[in-house]
Amino acid sequence: MPSPDAVVIDANGVDSLITSLRAQGFRVMGPVVANGAIVHREIRAAKQLPVGWHDEQEPGSYRLSHGDDGEMFGWAVGPESFKQSVFPSRSVLWRARRDGQDLAVEATGDDVAPEAFFGARPCEVAALKVLGGVLAGAASPDPVFTRRRETAFVVTVECGRPAATCFCTSMGSGPGAAADFDLALTELAGPSGRFLVRVGSERGAAVLAGVASRPATAEDHRARDEVLGHAVAAISRTLDAEAAPGLLARNLEHPRWDDVAGRCLACGNCTLVCPTCFCAAVEETTDLAGTVEETRRWDTCFDLAHSYLHGGSVRVSTRSRYRQWMTHKLSTWVDQFGNSGCVGCGRCITWCPAGIDITEECAAIAASDGAVKTSEPTAVRDR
Amino acid sequence: MTETEHVSPGPFVPSRYRVVDRKTENSDITTLWLEPVDRPIAPFKAGQFNMLTAFGVGEVAISISSAPGAPGAIEHTVRDVGAVSHALASSQIGDVVGLRGPFGTDWGLESLTGCNVVVVVGGIGLAPLRGAMRYLAENPAPDRKVVLRVGARLPDQIVFPEEMERWREMGVDVEVTVDVADAAWTGHVGVVTQILTELPFDGAGAVALVCGPEIMMRFSARSLIDLGVSPENIRVSLERNMQCGIALCGHCQLGPFLLCRDGPVVPYAPLAAELITEIER
Ligand SMILES: Cc1cc2nc3c(=O)[nH]c(=O)nc-3n(C[C@H](O)[C@H](O)[C@H](O)COP(=O)(O)OP(=O)(O)OC[C@H]3O[C@@H](n4cnc5c(N)ncnc54)[C@H](O)[C@@H]3O)c2cc1C
Ligand code: SF4
Ligand code: SF4
Ligand code: FES
Repeated sequence: MPSPDAVVIDANGVDSLITSLRAQGFRVMGPVVANGAIVHREIRAAKQLPVGWHDEQEPGSYRLSHGDDGEMFGWAVGPESFKQSVFPSRSVLWRARRDGQDLAVEATGDDVAPEAFFGARPCEVAALKVLGGVLAGAASPDPVFTRRRETAFVVTVECGRPAATCFCTSMGSGPGAAADFDLALTELAGPSGRFLVRVGSERGAAVLAGVASRPATAEDHRARDEVLGHAVAAISRTLDAEAAPGLLARNLEHPRWDDVAGRCLACGNCTLVCPTCFCAAVEETTDLAGTVEETRRWDTCFDLAHSYLHGGSVRVSTRSRYRQWMTHKLSTWVDQFGNSGCVGCGRCITWCPAGIDITEECAAIAASDGAVKTSEPTAVRDR
Repeated sequence: MTETEHVSPGPFVPSRYRVVDRKTENSDITTLWLEPVDRPIAPFKAGQFNMLTAFGVGEVAISISSAPGAPGAIEHTVRDVGAVSHALASSQIGDVVGLRGPFGTDWGLESLTGCNVVVVVGGIGLAPLRGAMRYLAENPAPDRKVVLRVGARLPDQIVFPEEMERWREMGVDVEVTVDVADAAWTGHVGVVTQILTELPFDGAGAVALVCGPEIMMRFSARSLIDLGVSPENIRVSLERNMQCGIALCGHCQLGPFLLCRDGPVVPYAPLAAELITEIER
């Protein structure tokens, strides 16, 4: 029997979806409440999901609350993204063993089980695509990312309760899911435990085949439209994504960079939580037996060492480092990869200890487009 | 070389190369001659770079300083400025180093037919240009004059002086200046732009290849433009921190460029001019 494009499942259906994915060999990574936040852990059953939990997010603040509404996906995004799954924060690239003057180099394999990204928000699915544009789109693609992304099964869940920090509508990445998923769920309002499931791939259809469902009706689709309509209406932050590349490119000496530098702690939190930040550094270590190990780890452009060259850093001031980060996200990413580096997930706003808001910074520059720093640059760098 | 010999076990895994010869150029600069132990890298072009690993210490970007297509070992000229470059510069004949590459853009030698060429160099900037210079000197063309202008801080920091002498004998117009002379120095004293006030040909239509510290490239570009060289015909080689060489680590960004991919050689105009004029980019 050909499966319909969309079906409706209930809460038990969500549970058997997880079971079905596990039966197909996927390690299911899904949202759970831990350490006061919604994070991704391996899940085995729907009862582990954050049922009844909601997040309240503001610049520099994230708080969970619990209600008895029984909503499974009544929250936006937590500090973790699925970046960690496709681009691990540490990975060993190769090992070399010394033998006198000779030396053997061996590649390290990456053999983790394929993962299912369960409950990935549409903006996260978009972020995986942005990351893929960098890591899989290069002339020599990153083997770890490429393999993990290709094998990953994506169950996206559309957003019914965006956070105050979300601006996916500006970046074209949400609250609905359009592409790049295997299955897309929408938690419908009304009697709790009703989910519209749309199929995005043959793999998706195969996994769904083992789950009790009924074909979706026009009323179910209307209910989905309503959920998404509410979500769109609830999103208050905006960013002019079309204007941003040119705006920032012509305002590199804008006084706002000094203003934000006065608030930014250069802690790098924004880059760690960002689902598209891909900067990485390599480190080489040798153990007592003489085995050399090359490790890649996440890096941040807020670290002085990031721009180290010939005995010093190119970007010394916080001003230049924040400017590098924000112009890369919204402007030079477009030059380098053909699309914006920001999907509007709002994590950098929520998890910034200083509450710095990328949408506000961008708007402030737009408000005085063309303003320039009054004091002349103090020194001309020569590195 | 067959196709399969280039197949890599992954873009991060270096090939092993053995140091077959070395030469101390001056107090902190050493040239290494490297031959593949097993897996040779693909053919390179002048101006491209490799990622060199001193096993157990780290990996850094180093330009290829020999000429493309030349038989024998591939050369790299390393300035000892930190742990990795020190380990590389101190490696001895027989030692094995790691090598990945070739990466990045090149000087575009194939476009230098039928036009005059000005090569402007500051300090160790001659290393990334040595392959191009060898090619230009060894392949003279009747309709092409080649001018080399070199600036060094001190006389003993001039790299490849004997080779420059050979290029002069082969018809290259070579001039060298030092910032600070010593007792033995009889040549020009001053920065490189002071020997860039005239050219033996019309600057219009000429191509300039420039490599050195950014401030030197900036002033040289201005001098060249004053001499009629079109800003689009000035090619500069730019550097930033490089952790991967293959457009995956984000460190080599300079505005719109990922310098390991879009550079190191980029045209001075329209984009590089502004980038190397402003601070902290
Ligand atoms: C395209 C290109 C071509 C080049 N060609 C040449 C060439 O032909 N010859 C040449 O001599 N040089 C060349 N260089 C420069 C060369 O790559 C650097 O001089 C070299 O990386 C510095 O190595 P090091 O010995 O200082 O390494 P280390 O100081 O050991 O550093 C290795 C890495 O560790 C990190 N690091 C080390 N110390 C610090 C610190 N204090 N703070 C933060 N981070 C740190 C940096 O990421 C650094 O890249 C080139 C560079 C580029 C980008
Ligand atoms: S820059 Fe901020 S809002 Fe944009 S994708 Fe990164 S964390 Fe999300
Ligand atoms: S913007 Fe905020 S999160 Fe990012 S480095 Fe500055 S203080 Fe840290
Ligand atoms: S050196 Fe890593 S991106 Fe260019």
